Amino acid sequence: MLTISDLKASVDGKQILRGLNLEVKAGEVHAIMGPNGSGKSTLAQVLAGRESFSVDGGSVTWDGRDLLALATEERAREGLFLAFQYPVEIPGVSNAYFLKAAVNAVRRHRGLPELDAMDFLAKVKAEMKAVGMKEEFLYRAVNEGFSGGEKKRNEVLQMALLEPKLAILDETDSGLDIDALRVVADGVNRLRSPDRSMIVITHYQRLLDYIVPDHVHVLAQGRIARSGGPDLARELEERGYAWIVGDDQGAARGAAPAAGNRA
Amino acid sequence: MSTATKQLDSFLDREYSAGFVTELESDSVPKGLSEDTIRLISARKGEPQFMLDWRLEAYRRWLTMTPPRWAQVQFPPIDFQDIVYYSAPKQMRDGPKSLDEVDPELLRTYEKLGVPLHERARLAGVAVDAVFDSVSVATTFKKQLGEHGVIFCSFSEAVKEHPDLVRKYLGTVVPQGDNFYAALNSAVFSDGSFVFIPKGVRCPMELSTYFRINARDTGQFERTLIIAEEGASVSYLEGCTAPMRDENQLHAAVVELVALDDAKIKYSTVQNWYPGDKDGKGGIYNFVTKRGDCRGPRSHISWTQVETGSAITWKYPSVILRGDDSVGEFYSVALSNHRQQADTGTKMIHIGRNTRSTIIAKGISAGHGSNAFRGLVRITPKAVGARNYTQCDSLLIGDKCAAHTFPTIEVRHPSARVEHEATTSRIGEDQLFYAMQRGLSAEDAVSMIVNGFCKEVFKELPMEFAVEAQNLLGVSLEGSVG
Repeated sequence: MLTISDLKASVDGKQILRGLNLEVKAGEVHAIMGPNGSGKSTLAQVLAGRESFSVDGGSVTWDGRDLLALATEERAREGLFLAFQYPVEIPGVSNAYFLKAAVNAVRRHRGLPELDAMDFLAKVKAEMKAVGMKEEFLYRAVNEGFSGGEKKRNEVLQMALLEPKLAILDETDSGLDIDALRVVADGVNRLRSPDRSMIVITHYQRLLDYIVPDHVHVLAQGRIARSGGPDLARELEERGYAWIVGDDQGAARGAAPAAGNRA
Repeated sequence: MSTATKQLDSFLDREYSAGFVTELESDSVPKGLSEDTIRLISARKGEPQFMLDWRLEAYRRWLTMTPPRWAQVQFPPIDFQDIVYYSAPKQMRDGPKSLDEVDPELLRTYEKLGVPLHERARLAGVAVDAVFDSVSVATTFKKQLGEHGVIFCSFSEAVKEHPDLVRKYLGTVVPQGDNFYAALNSAVFSDGSFVFIPKGVRCPMELSTYFRINARDTGQFERTLIIAEEGASVSYLEGCTAPMRDENQLHAAVVELVALDDAKIKYSTVQNWYPGDKDGKGGIYNFVTKRGDCRGPRSHISWTQVETGSAITWKYPSVILRGDDSVGEFYSVALSNHRQQADTGTKMIHIGRNTRSTIIAKGISAGHGSNAFRGLVRITPKAVGARNYTQCDSLLIGDKCAAHTFPTIEVRHPSARVEHEATTSRIGEDQLFYAMQRGLSAEDAVSMIVNGFCKEVFKELPMEFAVEAQNLLGVSLEGSVG
């Protein structure tokens, strides 16, 4: 269970999150939508612990603990996974090496024996098949020269291998054609389970045709401006964001009464 | 300062583990340099007249020369009269007859450095020559090598036992007056290794020399000569360490390689001289001339170096591609951290027809370190069909370090093909965050990124050296999968 209360965060002195409240229970899938610049990616980065973002106020409690007090790698080992909007290339480091290092870092933390090369290969090959990745990607450098779709599949592969408790997908649909989108969505759906929470960040409703969320939130100007069920996503698709965002403070306040006034 | 940066700093600040001093009585000549010093060194070593004459000739050349000033390094002028030019453990004065006679304290020193000299303790397949200050203390596996006709001994011994070979090849690749430090070395060189692989012999084991500077105020001037006759081949490794001292110490070595027809010499270095402290106090000045001569057709010389130590590195292992179809290679990783300065690179001189050379240079700068790659590729008018490929990459860690590249390409034949690629990158906050988001510690993440950057060079190192090199860079061994 994740509880975000009045979260304020900034980057380079510019305030992005302005008092965000959100509660995600175990097994739930929450979609976060919103126009560009509304703070969607900032929320993802802050939850994962990126240091270039500073938290200026509020709290985040995760399974009873203060998430913000944990170091980036501790959050990861505890089961927080971020699928990157722009996965990073690491030249000269094979994907297999990287994946195995990550899997074993998490396993060590959880008190499980590390996987040896054979066990790891068996596991990773099965998962690769499921996300439609060719084996050669194991031996290529991490994300180097991967197409947009290949990078996203690689993210879903990592998510499957690391078995997170809380998965945050940051615009995993961006830049994907419809086939790739379906594969990625299938990968995500397979991972849905009663003890795994997911936050799916997306700009478009399209992804939510494939990953059907339990809750949909609209982020605007650093706050949740409106929350609802899957219907809200469809409404947004038809009407755009302006009626929530542009219109005004009235709608925003109505949806998120806890949010304070903007300075 | 962010946590990642802090962790990065503590990772880069690890102690220099080879910095201890061995307490031994040593037999040193007084500080200073004159013809008398040279006569004294030569007499101590019981050298034949030709060797003394050669030294004195070099000394006279040196007196007329001035230190090079063109490198991208800064240091106060060296007082050449304030250096001890010869220092040997006392017990070594008459030379040890066998390993059993070597001072146990010396043997312990090498054990501590991870280079046990007892043959039963060694990894099979590596013969070692151990050079301590100015003398070779032991050479292992001499007998087994002798059965194949391979000569592997200290330079002093070669001068006495194989004077004809020494006379024939000494100074033929790096002449006495080649440069200021080579001339100084030619005058005062004390010891080093001598390798001779006769015609048609593949050296049955790896040969290695381990250089250790121990005594205070002492310079180390070793000289290594490797000759591979027609069709012979050898892989040779060298390692270097020194105690932590506040004064700078000079290490001015000369290495000459001669490859005759179809011969192959692979020369690998892991250089870990004391780099000085965080503020740049102390450390070794590593001013070295290394050159290989591909004298015969189809000969092949390959340099691989991992340079992590020294306050200042000034070193350009080069290949003269004289024989037709000969091949020269240079693979290098140079790390400069804190106040270290490295100006290093290579020269590939193409003279023969269809000669080929490859240069892969990786510079890593951290702290206030400065790293310069300096390369020369020269295609002479006779080098029909010559080819060169150069790749030169720099990796920056932090924002106070510097990387420079000075490539020179001279092409005097229209059929030449010369390619040059260069990149500069920074270990990105985004790469670190990505790896740490997957559960890796900052330290492991940096190791992994640096290791990936150096991969092309590490794969050229013999296996056990690759492990040492990776450990030196604080890199966990990659490759158990993939």
